[in-house]
Amino acid sequence: MAIYEKKQERKAPSSTKGVTFWIRENLFSTPLNVALTLLGVMILFWIVPPFVKWAYINANFAGTTREDCVSGGACWVFIRMKIDMFMYGFYPSELRWRVNSVYGLFFVLIAAFKYLKSPLVKIALAHVYFIVGFFLVHGGFFGMEAVPTDKWGGLMLTIMVAAVGIVAAFPIGVLLALGRASHLPIIKSISVTYIEFIRGVPLITILFMSSIILPLFFPEGMSFDKLLRALIGIAMFEAAYIAENIRGGLQSIPKGQYEAADAIGLSYWQKMFLVILPQALKVAIPNLVGVSIALFQDTTLVLIIGLFDLLAMVRLSAADSYWLGYETEGYVFVTFIFWFFCYSMSNFSQKLEKRFNTNLR
Amino acid sequence: MLALLRNQKIRGIIFQLLTVIGLVAFLWYIGANTVANIEQRGIQTGFGFLDGTAGFGIDQSPISYTEENTHGRVFIVGLLNTIIIAFVGIICATIVGLIIGILRLSSNWLIAKLAKAYIDFFRNIPLLLQILFWYNVVLRAMPNPKQSFNFFDTIFINNRGLYFPLPEYNTTFFMILASLFCALIASFALNTWANRRKIATGQDFIVFPFAIGMFILFPILAYFLGGAHLNFSFPELAGFNFKGGKTLSPEFLALTFALTIYTATFIAEAVRSGIEAVSHGQKEAAVSMGFSPYQSLKLVVLPQAIRIAIPPIINQYLNLIKNSSLATAVGYPEIVTVFAGTSLNQVGQAIEIISMTMLVYLIISLVVSALLNWFNHKMKIQER
Amino acid sequence: MKDRKEIIEIKNLNKWYGDFHVLKDINLTINKGEIIVVCGPSGSGKSTLIRCINYLEQFQEGQIIVDGIELVNDVKKIKAIREEVAMVFQHFNLFPHLTILDNLTLAPVWVRKMPRKEAEAMAMKYLERVGIANQAHKYPNQLSGGQQQRVAIARSLCKNPKIMLFDEPTSALDPEMVAEVLDVMIELAREDKTMVCVTHEMGFAKKVADRIIFMDAGQIVEENTPEEFFQNPESDRLKLFLEQILSH
Repeated sequence: MAIYEKKQERKAPSSTKGVTFWIRENLFSTPLNVALTLLGVMILFWIVPPFVKWAYINANFAGTTREDCVSGGACWVFIRMKIDMFMYGFYPSELRWRVNSVYGLFFVLIAAFKYLKSPLVKIALAHVYFIVGFFLVHGGFFGMEAVPTDKWGGLMLTIMVAAVGIVAAFPIGVLLALGRASHLPIIKSISVTYIEFIRGVPLITILFMSSIILPLFFPEGMSFDKLLRALIGIAMFEAAYIAENIRGGLQSIPKGQYEAADAIGLSYWQKMFLVILPQALKVAIPNLVGVSIALFQDTTLVLIIGLFDLLAMVRLSAADSYWLGYETEGYVFVTFIFWFFCYSMSNFSQKLEKRFNTNLR
Repeated sequence: MLALLRNQKIRGIIFQLLTVIGLVAFLWYIGANTVANIEQRGIQTGFGFLDGTAGFGIDQSPISYTEENTHGRVFIVGLLNTIIIAFVGIICATIVGLIIGILRLSSNWLIAKLAKAYIDFFRNIPLLLQILFWYNVVLRAMPNPKQSFNFFDTIFINNRGLYFPLPEYNTTFFMILASLFCALIASFALNTWANRRKIATGQDFIVFPFAIGMFILFPILAYFLGGAHLNFSFPELAGFNFKGGKTLSPEFLALTFALTIYTATFIAEAVRSGIEAVSHGQKEAAVSMGFSPYQSLKLVVLPQAIRIAIPPIINQYLNLIKNSSLATAVGYPEIVTVFAGTSLNQVGQAIEIISMTMLVYLIISLVVSALLNWFNHKMKIQER
Repeated sequence: MKDRKEIIEIKNLNKWYGDFHVLKDINLTINKGEIIVVCGPSGSGKSTLIRCINYLEQFQEGQIIVDGIELVNDVKKIKAIREEVAMVFQHFNLFPHLTILDNLTLAPVWVRKMPRKEAEAMAMKYLERVGIANQAHKYPNQLSGGQQQRVAIARSLCKNPKIMLFDEPTSALDPEMVAEVLDVMIELAREDKTMVCVTHEMGFAKKVADRIIFMDAGQIVEENTPEEFFQNPESDRLKLFLEQILSH
């Protein structure tokens, strides 16, 4: 038998910690790593300084005319002068408060979300918000001047197409997902056919269909405006993708949940809306945010059928004979806007996903 | 009677019947309106237009095409161009995606972060914007043909596209092509043989140097056997433009760059998550069994990672094929541009043309999904 | 309807999964207030049998009559039977997105159209009885397995059922939590409830069961009082089974 005394704690040897250790370990551990690090530094030097020089150091911010752009860098004056067009398209400037108040109401919606628990109520409220928003922007009632949709454009149109697309597609997507998970063979095959058909063709062909063929489907007098036709196409497209993601959520719900709901006597619709869907949607949210990102990017396609979204507005402005040659600035600006929105959304969904992974079970 | 209505099965049948009736009524309504509208507007119907003369030119076609050809021929040209751009895009995106995905997992901090920055940057920018950026900003900023970027007088880049030499299609050329094919087959055969021998006798046989040797030796042999007569057609400046060699148009380049860069971000993520999904325990088990890092990668990690990574990668291929339809924004003559675009404008038979276009994508999607299902079935880890 | 003696009657019940014959000619009558324990090796069809009683499983042949209502595919009758028959599952099957209290009030509010206040008062009464009233506002995943199962029992009590079915209620629990659930079940057994329990807890069976039913390969092999069941098992299959589960 031996007895050992309690040992004192010691600090780790200095050669295995600290900044130099970290650098050696993570950047220069092997000859290959040294080479890779050098390559990385070269790439950085090749991209970052010229871009900063062009976009900031040599750039022109002040002024109102193209003559103010003299220093050879980016001409942000162009963006500044056209920013209203990029944001609102041809929406009358004295009515833009209506668009702005819809933006403002969005924060009210977010605040309301904090106090609501049920995801179904949240979704319902979001739908109400978008419908109210749409009519506020459109006007034409309560003495508000109507603004026809061909005046809508820019970022406002981009956001609206994305939002309305998702909101209109969501209920259809839920029904399709329930249909696909159903035991009724005809309901199931109708849902599967629809979902697989839509997912098998590119969005642009569906937009062509909704903008060219759709008017033929309805009687002579019934006319849809261009925006509405695009929205119908986008909602049809999006519903299939939403359905697939919700189906993924439905599949993750254990059979026991269905059985317990049956055993306590809930009907099919009560079972689905009170027990199954709230859980399935929670599981599906990160993927649904992913769908939203994809849709937000896909809204740019509406320019091919002649709507003036943000990207189309920038192309139009860059073709303005007075500002010719500042296309690059325009593209960099749109890139930044789109990147900012999509990156924020994808970060949000990654956070959600992490939270679910730690919270659930 | 009432009791019958409370039977779940009968309820199900009635519900389905009502759905079908509703659907048929809706389709009938649409169909009747469409027929009425078509008659009223005097739009022709049927597929007779496919035999009509197209009357417009297509500047890039893998098969011979002139203005006198039919719309049917336009359809074929568009389809072939779709296949070309999809094929090139898939190969480039796979290569770039694999490299970025592996770099993303590099132990080198800087490289891993750069790979992540690449992914985070490009996947969050709409593809259409990227295509237009390459086309309108980068490629348009290239010099005119007279001031082309010149690489060793063989490759030229200017605002009309990329030019590179092309071998003439003679006996030597085809012999070399065939020899490369033989080398490929022989390498596979050698590998199979080596694996069998390893299993039977336990002895190792390093295939790699032999394969490299074959890929060098076979073409050299073929060159001399085929008459040592390999001619290249070089691009040359003639007047305002280049002649000879092969040209890749700016539209093709913009589309390829954008599709490659965009899709590669998704493939990289699939590769990364596939490798990361193999649990740490598996790697530790492999190392404890005495495998070298290379062996544990080859025998334990990759077989599992591939199962996880392949399905999302194939889905990305499908997306790439569908996304190639954005070519219409820059006018690369694939099926949506020439058939659902130009032909549609001339003929006006939207229903037939758009249905045919959709059908093409649908068939491609179904074939790829069938492949994917087959793969999933084959690769499924047996569980009880 | 005066005091009917037999509350569950099962006659010539046969059920197949595809070609697999899970239940073979089951005949069983259960009287009001009886405590029945069903045991047998895994795959013997005992869970399937009790899941037929509240129509979670459909069957192809035979008849089940619960409290005078014959089980047929008729939404109204199924609903009526599910009002009277409650079930406790092996994996609790609490709804993880609802609080404990909401789990209990869901059926009373939506199926029985009870005012929420009233439903909550009743729910609290049952939570009190299973000893977790203080957890009412937590979510299921914040509770231990034993607590969750007690909540599940309270949830099934909220319907004030005449019959309680237990489908291996303790087999998903850690050993130290089995006792707390069994205590609640023993408590219930002392009341007038009819109980059918699929379980391997032989101590529980000895203590409270009126009859024990042994099933193997889809049929009832032996049926006896607890004393006879353990002391004088007749069939070889039961002897082997008892040997296996009591040998440790």
